[in-house]
Amino acid sequence: MINQKNSPIIQVQDLTIAYGDFVLLKDISFSVNKGDIFIIMGGSGCGKSSLLRVLTGLTPAAGGKIDINGVDFVRATPDQRSRLMQKCGILYQSGALFSSMTLAENIALPLQQYTTYSPQLIKELVSLKLALVGLTGFEDFYPSEISGGMKKRAGLARALALDPEIVYFDEPSAGLDPISSKLLDDLIREINQSLGTTIVIVTHELESILSIGTNSIFLNCDTKNIDGRGNPRELLRRPPNQTVYNFLTRGGQMICQNNPTKE
Amino acid sequence: MPIASAIKNDKLIVSLDGDFIDDDNTAAATRLSEQLEQQNISRITFETGRLGKWDSTLIVVIYDLCRQANSSGTKVDLAALPENLRQLISLALEVDRKPEKKSSPRLPFLNAVGHLWIEMRASTRRALIFIGQTFRSFGRLLMSNAVMRKVDFLFAMEESSYKAVGIVSLVSFMVGLILAFVGAIQLKTFGAQIYVASLVGIAMTRIMGAIMVGIIMAGRTGASYAATIGTMQVNEEIDALKTMGISTTDFLVLPRVTSLIINMPFLTILADFMGIVGGAAVGIFMLDIAPAEYWKYTVDSLTMANFLVGVFHGFVYGWVIAICGCYYGITSGRNADSVGKATTQAVVTAIVAMIVVTGILTWLFEVIGI
Repeated sequence: MINQKNSPIIQVQDLTIAYGDFVLLKDISFSVNKGDIFIIMGGSGCGKSSLLRVLTGLTPAAGGKIDINGVDFVRATPDQRSRLMQKCGILYQSGALFSSMTLAENIALPLQQYTTYSPQLIKELVSLKLALVGLTGFEDFYPSEISGGMKKRAGLARALALDPEIVYFDEPSAGLDPISSKLLDDLIREINQSLGTTIVIVTHELESILSIGTNSIFLNCDTKNIDGRGNPRELLRRPPNQTVYNFLTRGGQMICQNNPTKE
Repeated sequence: MPIASAIKNDKLIVSLDGDFIDDDNTAAATRLSEQLEQQNISRITFETGRLGKWDSTLIVVIYDLCRQANSSGTKVDLAALPENLRQLISLALEVDRKPEKKSSPRLPFLNAVGHLWIEMRASTRRALIFIGQTFRSFGRLLMSNAVMRKVDFLFAMEESSYKAVGIVSLVSFMVGLILAFVGAIQLKTFGAQIYVASLVGIAMTRIMGAIMVGIIMAGRTGASYAATIGTMQVNEEIDALKTMGISTTDFLVLPRVTSLIINMPFLTILADFMGIVGGAAVGIFMLDIAPAEYWKYTVDSLTMANFLVGVFHGFVYGWVIAICGCYYGITSGRNADSVGKATTQAVVTAIVAMIVVTGILTWLFEVIGI
């Protein structure tokens, strides 16, 4: 997959997310460049997962525009949306593997749906995807027979099935022990570097944010908007305000090179 | 008294004496609160020289007293408390606020009726859209375009066919038995007990067999559909399907509806048969009717029209149960409680809908003379 880095692949303009009268995020704008590992971070309940649901078309936006590869995703027809989503993979918090299907069947599903590949080729592709996430030989296992970390990796293999340009991750480290979490971070970085896939991660896991993120936005519950943006390590060095500083330093436990600018 | 108090000048001195483990100190807490309220106190101090072991039952007394003191502007001196107890009290007092909770306003009667009407319209619309999507999926199935896995269909067939035979047979046998028994009590008074065979035969084939299968399958299979699909909602599997662009009705609803509408007529025939056997058991062993005679009267009473009406009811109930189960599963919320509610709603709605459908069909068959 060849991606021209630094050109925007997702552009969000004045996006508003609301549930009835309750506005969660108001008029937020940001863009994700091709090849980025883009982190959407913020405290609990600030609308990170809701933003991801809107970006993936699961929840309608209350207003604003989302351009994915130049196509207006909010106003796209179901067909256009379906075509766009074929270029996107999603790893859900729980892995969201279909429990009645083996890992091979889970990964084969999007291939059967969207390609005209022969069953033999699909079988080989499934084995390749499983090998890429370190699950060689687990083709015939059911999701209930593998661990939480393995489920996430299998979910990632399914997300990568159609060689997507963008992969969304919803809290990839949630429920994982530190080693599995680190392994998943490494895997995300390898996929990003070797395949050039743009990665969008919703998380509040500081270690992941600082180790793999190349760009980020920080969502604030109080302002209902973006409170900081840029490379997470740069944000840590030069936090734009106290909220971002508190978040990135676990309430000030870590040592910051610069004193934060008070809001 | 383990919690004693004294007032000196404008100071309330609280003495904590002995152990406070699993103690109910409500009375002492009330007394302290009243003293603080009624007397002119500007400071509270503690004496803990003989304080032994303590647990949350002591903390809560001091915590309540501190909160009351804070709100009335009375100073509290915690210095005499053991350090760990002081830390816990300070921790609990760190954030003292009453968060605003959204309360649903109590609407005037007409407004409430209006809201109910709007909600009913919206839910009816959602249900009709779902039924429409299911029919469109059937259209795709006929055109071989539906994303339905053969294995899912076969699994659903297995679940709603031979695995249901045992319960359907048992319940139908018992219903036949009860029908015959209740009928016999009345018919015996006229010496017409032989007509028990006709009563059971007609009742089971025309409607009772189908209704019993409907109720059993609503509780068994309809509930299982709602619970399975609801759990998939909780596990984000439905989201995964949607974002993959795979139709949830094709993938989840179609195999379940298809299998149930295929199996329900066969289960109805089985229920008819088992009900007649149950009636025969009463007729032969209780009413001393000869088996051949019972058989003759049963066969004479059976008509193809009644039999087909019963089987058709079974087919329609299959639709109703599967649609209700799948609909409530797909529209379920994302927690365990919602899945439970979805399951209950699926069963209740299916049974109510079956009764309504039976009324409509009965009227329809009456009009066309079947």
